[in-house]
Amino acid sequence: MENQDKFNRRDFLHKSLRTGIGLSLVGVAAFLARKTNAGNYVWQLDPSKCVQCGRCATNCVLTPSAVKCIHVYDMCGYCDLCGGYLRPETKEFNTAAESQLCPTSAIKRKFVEEPFFEYTIDEKLCIGCGKCVKGCNAFGNGSLQLQAQHKICVNCNECSIARACPAEAWSRVPLSEAYQLRGFENPKKG
Amino acid sequence: MNPAKPNRPDKEKNISVPMKKGASIAMLVILLALLALNNFGIQRFPKPDFESKYVVPATQAPMPRSIILEYLDVVVLLASISLVTWFVLKKRSRMGVFGVTVFSILYFGFYREGCICAVGSLQNVVLGLFHPEYHIPLTAIAFFIIPLLFALFYGRTFCAGVCPLGAIQDVFAIKPMKLNEWVQSLLGLVPYIYLGLAVLYAATGTDFIICRYDPFVGFFRVNAPFFMFVIGVLFLLVGVFIARPYCRFFCPYGVLLNLVSRVSKKHLSITPTVCIDCRLCENSCPFGAINKPLGHKSPESRNVTVKRLILFTILIPLFMLLGGFGGSMIHGNLANVNPKVRLASELLLPDNQLTSLQQVDVTTFRSSGQAVDKLNEEVASIRRQFYWGGWILGGFVGLVIGLTLARLAIPRYRKGYWPSKGECLSCGRCLEYCPVKPDMNDAQLNALKKSAAQ
Repeated sequence: MENQDKFNRRDFLHKSLRTGIGLSLVGVAAFLARKTNAGNYVWQLDPSKCVQCGRCATNCVLTPSAVKCIHVYDMCGYCDLCGGYLRPETKEFNTAAESQLCPTSAIKRKFVEEPFFEYTIDEKLCIGCGKCVKGCNAFGNGSLQLQAQHKICVNCNECSIARACPAEAWSRVPLSEAYQLRGFENPKKG
Repeated sequence: MNPAKPNRPDKEKNISVPMKKGASIAMLVILLALLALNNFGIQRFPKPDFESKYVVPATQAPMPRSIILEYLDVVVLLASISLVTWFVLKKRSRMGVFGVTVFSILYFGFYREGCICAVGSLQNVVLGLFHPEYHIPLTAIAFFIIPLLFALFYGRTFCAGVCPLGAIQDVFAIKPMKLNEWVQSLLGLVPYIYLGLAVLYAATGTDFIICRYDPFVGFFRVNAPFFMFVIGVLFLLVGVFIARPYCRFFCPYGVLLNLVSRVSKKHLSITPTVCIDCRLCENSCPFGAINKPLGHKSPESRNVTVKRLILFTILIPLFMLLGGFGGSMIHGNLANVNPKVRLASELLLPDNQLTSLQQVDVTTFRSSGQAVDKLNEEVASIRRQFYWGGWILGGFVGLVIGLTLARLAIPRYRKGYWPSKGECLSCGRCLEYCPVKPDMNDAQLNALKKSAAQ
């Protein structure tokens, strides 16, 4: 067999092409690999840039959105008159649905002691619309902040909220800074 | 002043303002005015000192999936692609390939929810090459390179049953129809255009269109926008009659695999040894990827061949020029997909002509205090990128069209039934049709040939 086709032009061409393509593929991979940092990157929004436009709720590939309101309790003033909980025009301050700012009643209000109230967020109900965040920023301490909840976020190749964000608040952040919350330290690995 | 707390003076100033004025109406007006600006994070009310035994709950910040699991995906990819290669080339078993198909629908599809996938990773690679500040994940490099390297040596075994997009279509290919060669070639141009657009948009950092318009990821996540859900269902329904429509006529990564697979070292062959022209496998391929034997019907004179060569050496550069010119003409439309370009044009519109969505963009930009000139400069550079990108994209499309025409116009001499190395997806359906067994001797082969001739 081998004596019959000692030198086949087509085989030679294929072999050289194969070597060329193989080498360039490995070259591209090596070039890119030099640029990767150890560890992964995740999508996150910077609450200091966020304008609470509501697109986090509508533009996520998931329904409901992977963006949730996260409560940094250390910053909360535990106010009775919570700008994130109650509608601004409310006449009676009670827990009735019509006086709540949250469209899904995801914020639970609990009496702690006079005159303080604790507000907790039911993540299952939260749709990430940011209405409470806006209210808290305007009248309170800004302890309610929007963040991509990484247990839910599928970390898409290209975040579709990031593209729609008018404030350019979204970016890929290293895993060690997975949450960009103000008044909160990311848990250290180890 | 306590030097250990540099933030303190700031904080006190912020707190003291509302304290002095109390909760008067005037304050509310100022607060509302501040609302328009970004007044993020003002500690207006100090954290209370609780007298009861109340414990402040911990802020919930769950960490994402561990990186080890991401590397596990790469291991699973390597294992399943090796398995398919082994099933196709060594075991010659369609059942084995089908088993991996089902596994990959479950693992890469429903468990990993279609992300990360090799098809989309192509955009990460392009973005990584063009944008030095982007840190491409190692998994994306691995998902891009592994299927291509396998294709370089063993053909498109990744397509056969590892790619979740291909796998879900493969199980729907129930009544495949044969397509005319011309139709197949013309539709086959679409992936090249799609690839060109995907590269252009990834290189300019505009968007990942392959991921955005992935028709099946919505199924895997059981969570799709209505429009994409309809597209996905359509693809699957069409896929009943035209097998794997996305793979053959859209997949941009398939273009790369196709080109690389053409020079593959060991590709699947229908027969284990020799082809006896029995024609049993002729209609076995649902993808029309089996090359039939072609004889010289009328051997062409040298004159005709030379004329044709001259024609195509003129036609192909002409197509490329025309395509490039066309591409550069529509670069404005191409660039409008870029959010920054859109924002710049929205800023030029009078306020009453803006939709409510555009209004949000414009007011956010204005309140952020960024300079319009700087944005315009950036947009001008993006438009320039799209102008040259349009030339390259158009030229590329012209080249592909020219080469496709040349391929269709030039008759070729072929012997026996062999898979077309570029288009064959290595699914292994044809293998069962071949009556030749690897351990047959010449006498048995001759007998087979005779019965085939009858």
